[in-house]
Amino acid sequence: MSDAGILTPAERRRPATAIGLAVVHGAVLLGLAIAGLGPLLWLVAASLGNTQDVLRDPLGVFTRMTEWQHYVDAFRGVDTARLLLNTVLVAGGSAIVTVVVALSAGYVIAIMRPRWAPALSGAVLATIFLPAVVSLVPLYLTVVDMFGTGLSLQNTFWAVWLPAGANAFAVVLVTGFLRAIPRELIEAAQIDGAGPLRTMWSVVLPLARPILGVVALLAAIGAWKDYLWPSLVLTDPLLRPISVALPALERTNDLATFFAILVVASIVPIVLFVVFQRPLLANAGLSAGIKD
Amino acid sequence: MSALSPGRRRRRVNTAALLIALPTILVFAVFSWWPILLGATMSLQRTNFVGPADWVGLDNFVYVLSDPQLQHAVVNTLWFTALAVLFGFPLPLMLAVVISTVRARSRGLYAGLAYLPVIVPPVVAILLWRFAYDPSPTGLFNAMLAPLGIGPLPWLNDAAIAMPSIVLQATWAAAGTSVLIYLAALTAVRPELYEAAVLDGAGIWSRIWHVTLPQMRTIILVMILLQLIGAAQVFTEPFLMTSGGPQNATLTILLLMYRYAFGGAADYGAATALGVLLALVLALLSAVYLRLTRRWQE
Repeated sequence: MSDAGILTPAERRRPATAIGLAVVHGAVLLGLAIAGLGPLLWLVAASLGNTQDVLRDPLGVFTRMTEWQHYVDAFRGVDTARLLLNTVLVAGGSAIVTVVVALSAGYVIAIMRPRWAPALSGAVLATIFLPAVVSLVPLYLTVVDMFGTGLSLQNTFWAVWLPAGANAFAVVLVTGFLRAIPRELIEAAQIDGAGPLRTMWSVVLPLARPILGVVALLAAIGAWKDYLWPSLVLTDPLLRPISVALPALERTNDLATFFAILVVASIVPIVLFVVFQRPLLANAGLSAGIKD
Repeated sequence: MSALSPGRRRRRVNTAALLIALPTILVFAVFSWWPILLGATMSLQRTNFVGPADWVGLDNFVYVLSDPQLQHAVVNTLWFTALAVLFGFPLPLMLAVVISTVRARSRGLYAGLAYLPVIVPPVVAILLWRFAYDPSPTGLFNAMLAPLGIGPLPWLNDAAIAMPSIVLQATWAAAGTSVLIYLAALTAVRPELYEAAVLDGAGIWSRIWHVTLPQMRTIILVMILLQLIGAAQVFTEPFLMTSGGPQNATLTILLLMYRYAFGGAADYGAATALGVLLALVLALLSAVYLRLTRRWQE
């Protein structure tokens, strides 16, 4: 990214424009901070307040942040630790399956290129254009009873992991990345006697690590955020992720403690985002735009 | 390897490719392609899961189309979609244009703040917003608006403003994604175009209007279509904020589908028929939209 754009360097130096620009930028930054960060800061402050005070004077929460024991309560009366562990397992497994599938598809479509590669690529791409509504109910019925065999994935993590792998956008991202690998590297490996698996492991995998990391992160954050699907297939209280449990926890907990649970439920994706901001921002826009 | 004839080598590569593609083929076949086909067939069947399914022709479609709830759902979904585009289209575009004029090294801060709501788990955000929409005078939003002389507003409790309230939350949660996409498109506009416009004496606004927006017209058109398609499938927000109430004022098509399938009746035929109908309408809409906007596309 360069500074060249709508404004020319000469204009940026002109005092009137520079001041006007600084005012606009300041206002937008303030607005983004209030809208983007404000609700989260309020939530943290409210979780450290007293429920009665939060209800009586919701704007004064920032002056009364003393009740740290809500975070102890969040883990004592409630099985928040188990819910978080389930969420981590759901997100981690979804990321692994998504990466394995996307790498397998990308390697065959972009590197091995058998005659049927365009057909596979087309069949995968076609699923992007079909709205998710068509398959929600039949997908549920498939998972509950695999092809009439009575085998059910419901209330196993596979019910979330495997459908997460059918992510056409991840395939597109990885395939596009692998297409850019110089052909000579692949051919050199083949001349050295490396088979397809060996080439994948020693040549392609090290090169593709950045894009696989992005795909894994996006899949993990996506799985962490999901509600409808896990609420249908992970109904067992011992297996459900935290998103699915939250609406019920709101009814059974003191409000400030519930806010503490909300903070706990958001912390992992937010930390992942802050740590991996650069690669995520570069790719996230595209993925979410197509997926949501 | 070199001893193999070209034909045999090709077959060997093919087998290896098939083995490596197996995870993709299996996962997509079972969890994507098969459910799509199953949805199409189930919309024409009645199943009770005891005996084999009966073919009932278009009965499910007739049932869905004559359901008085469908009218609510369609009107509400159109209303949601219209509001979602009205709120959710101009704001991210304007934000992206402003952010693109920030110096490159601080752009990340702006983009990061804009994207933060997208990272918050939707259920957390929705439950937090539902609390903020407390209709009492001491509700969070009402307390914030009171100094301005507005309210107290009934928010989700009022049939007229429940949907705009939901759209407001949904826009907050989704705008960051659009900002990033527009930002990427903006940085791809060639600087020479701006330089040429400056030489022609174009001011800042006229550059935005005559260079930036025309250069981005393809992505803008695609984004509006994607927003329409996404908004037509809204579920989690109305489900968790209002469950479709008050007086069905926020009952959307997906919520109705959920009620058919998982609301006790287990009417999977009606649910899949409604899904197929919505998919057909969206496909038609996309085709008409792309045709109507063809002259603006590159």
